[in-house]
Amino acid sequence: MPLLIIEGLAYRANGAAILEGLGLEVREGEIHALLGANGAGKTTLARIVMGCAGYAPQAGTVSFDGCDLAGLPVHERARLGIALAWQEPARFEGLAVAQYLSLGSRGPAPPECLRRVGLPPQQFLRRALDRSLSGGERKRIELASMLALQPRLALLDEPAAGIDMPSLEEIERLILDLRAAGGAVLLITHVEPVARIADRASWLHDGRIAFTGDPAAAAARYRERA
Amino acid sequence: MLTALSAVYADAATLADPRIAHVVVDGNRVVSRQAAPGVEVRVAQDGERLAAELVVARGAHIEAPIHTCIGFLGARGAQRIDIRLRLEPDAAATVLAHCLFPNAQAGSHAMQATIELGAGATLRYLEGHYHGLAGGMLVRPQVSVRLAAGARYFSDFSLTQGAVGRLAIEQHVSAGDDAVAEITARVFGRGKDDIRIRDELVLAGRRSRGLVKTRVALCGEARAEVVGITRGQAEGARGHMDCLELVRDRAVARAEPIVEVSHPLAKVTHEAAVGTVDQQQLETLMAHGLAPEEAIDLIVTGILQ
Repeated sequence: MPLLIIEGLAYRANGAAILEGLGLEVREGEIHALLGANGAGKTTLARIVMGCAGYAPQAGTVSFDGCDLAGLPVHERARLGIALAWQEPARFEGLAVAQYLSLGSRGPAPPECLRRVGLPPQQFLRRALDRSLSGGERKRIELASMLALQPRLALLDEPAAGIDMPSLEEIERLILDLRAAGGAVLLITHVEPVARIADRASWLHDGRIAFTGDPAAAAARYRERA
Repeated sequence: MLTALSAVYADAATLADPRIAHVVVDGNRVVSRQAAPGVEVRVAQDGERLAAELVVARGAHIEAPIHTCIGFLGARGAQRIDIRLRLEPDAAATVLAHCLFPNAQAGSHAMQATIELGAGATLRYLEGHYHGLAGGMLVRPQVSVRLAAGARYFSDFSLTQGAVGRLAIEQHVSAGDDAVAEITARVFGRGKDDIRIRDELVLAGRRSRGLVKTRVALCGEARAEVVGITRGQAEGARGHMDCLELVRDRAVARAEPIVEVSHPLAKVTHEAAVGTVDQQQLETLMAHGLAPEEAIDLIVTGILQ
């Protein structure tokens, strides 16, 4: 059953077409990789689905579990079960990691979430989500927050960016855990090997989905054009 | 006064401990004072003006914080206090300054503080204000700080509970060779609060370092003006100013960073952000299910912590 259905989506910014007639379906409980080169519009698509300010599409529809998302603000989409792990997560002064991981949590407790992304809880729970964290640490905490939220649909925007290669297996395990908990994952990446754990994959090219199907086949198409 | 303090400070009862130096002033009347090993406490009254002097002896490391509890409990009052705080060389202490005006509807608190840190001394000076909701206070702390070679000074001014009223902080810090100064002010203005903060840091000594950090959140019709001045005057001096002012409703904020470098081997940097809450921060929290107002409250609370 499709959980997320996007049809005829068009988004223009500063006179340039970013997405043009895009259609995509993400099924319940699947890991769906979205491959595309830098600047292809992958992050734009994630923000449109999340309902971020300035990302209302000029045409097309986005529906989630049968509900048209048009006009719904970010927090109402979150309450439906959509979550976004940002490519470059925001920093917060005075907000502790433990508190952040507790916001809207329906999943494991913060220490367990940190352990599953390879961060020792005793070192990180009380730290602020501010600039004292490295980019990789902040990124892992963002992914840990997906475990805590247990969303029905997790939008993971470049989850491997800024994370060292040996840790990619941890990230893959986390994504598999999200699926095991019953959630679907839209795995947005320009790094083709990251898509190997996907059930299906789509290739975003020229503002539209140019291919959807077997991840290896999608990766091959993407590789050919890259 | 101690009862009022206990309402906002959980460890107020510790002031009864003979090892803890303190001064408690209600209006212009000294309610209690106590010296402690390594800490001299002197208080003198001159008409409406009260003068207090605290001296930490050379090399003394005072484990328990020294407390000053100053304010008045009535609806009206005028308080004028001179404080001299001196740490002799290699001394170390923490001062918790509690300023309580819980019922003030029309009053003023004028403080002139002189802080001197001898060579190698370390002071943490944490000043917390607790005001009522009437907004009738005028608070004017004027602080002059002189740091000898290798001294370390960390100050944190906080006025985030109750209505500010009118606040005019002026602080001047002069740092000698290898001295370190970190000055932080955190204020939450609402209603018609008027906030003026002027921090001046002079990095006069070689390899002296300093940070001037200001966090202000405003709502309603509050106004704030933050002037941060850092002067790098010596070889190896390093300074940074970091000002963040969040504005909501019809509030108005202004930031004026002034950087002056008069030695070719000194360096001073600054950053200032004035405006609404960062959109990505807001949407990150909303993506966890928080309504916009809940998200803004959390962001504001965080920067004022």
